[in-house]
Amino acid sequence: MIHIIAFYLFAVLLIASAVLVIMSRNPVHSVLWLILAFFNAAGLMVLVGAEFIAMLLVIVYVGAVAVLFLFVVMMLDIDFAELRAGFVKNFPLGILLAVILLAELVLGFGAYRAGALKLGEADGTAGVIAGRSNIDSIGALLYGEYLFLFEAAGLVLLVAMIGAIVLTHRERTDTRGQNVSKQNKRRAEDATVNVKPEVGKGITL
Amino acid sequence: MIGIEHYVVVSSILFVLGVLGIFLNRKNVIVILMAIELILLSVNLNLVAFSAFLGDLVGQVFAMFVLTVAAGEAAIGLAILVIYFRGRGTIAVDDIHRMRG
Repeated sequence: MIHIIAFYLFAVLLIASAVLVIMSRNPVHSVLWLILAFFNAAGLMVLVGAEFIAMLLVIVYVGAVAVLFLFVVMMLDIDFAELRAGFVKNFPLGILLAVILLAELVLGFGAYRAGALKLGEADGTAGVIAGRSNIDSIGALLYGEYLFLFEAAGLVLLVAMIGAIVLTHRERTDTRGQNVSKQNKRRAEDATVNVKPEVGKGITL
Repeated sequence: MIGIEHYVVVSSILFVLGVLGIFLNRKNVIVILMAIELILLSVNLNLVAFSAFLGDLVGQVFAMFVLTVAAGEAAIGLAILVIYFRGRGTIAVDDIHRMRG
């Protein structure tokens, strides 16, 4: 019973916050609704026993991606009212497309329920190891059979990180940073000069 | 009892909402990126649900890779957005075809 209540609670909150993500006027509110949507999706995943992916969702999405969005939204000084100008104009077309897409999905699901499609059965080699936790079994799979894919995922993240740094990095010419090598190259004999000024006269520097 | 059908329905509604979000906010790139995140979230929910109900953990491993790609995509997309804003002072995508490299 509590399982069913929790499912409907998470599902309704997930869909409601997804609606608010795409509908709200202020993108900051959109990001906050997105965070709520991620939390509820994580709740749905916990309900079917996928704790590891659920926690990963909370850490990666809420902790990193949503905060990144929040930073960018707040960093850019944008007139958001102007950007919503086409909202009403695009509404009928968008709804039409959404309805068509939903009808297609329902049709596909109906075909699956009618038994027209055979998805095949799991061969049981990659199930949860008996007596071990979800994360334990995923770890055995990830560091065993899928090791190279795991490293490829790390490579994707590395490329994304380097790409983001290369894209946003810029040389500032209006600031006076410290040039360490120039400082170290400077010797006392280059910097100081001995002069013997005549009495009553100054020196030119 | 909650079955695979419930999860498939929730994730397909979420997917359609993500696509609708792209169409409704055609000028605002930030909301478009958030709608793409919603789509990827629905895909992840679907993968995890099928993985749990079929008793096969490969779906969850794959959901992790989708998560990786989603994080990379958000980082690169927002970086492009920041340099675009630096150059033009707006993020309206109507005239984004003027970038030309």
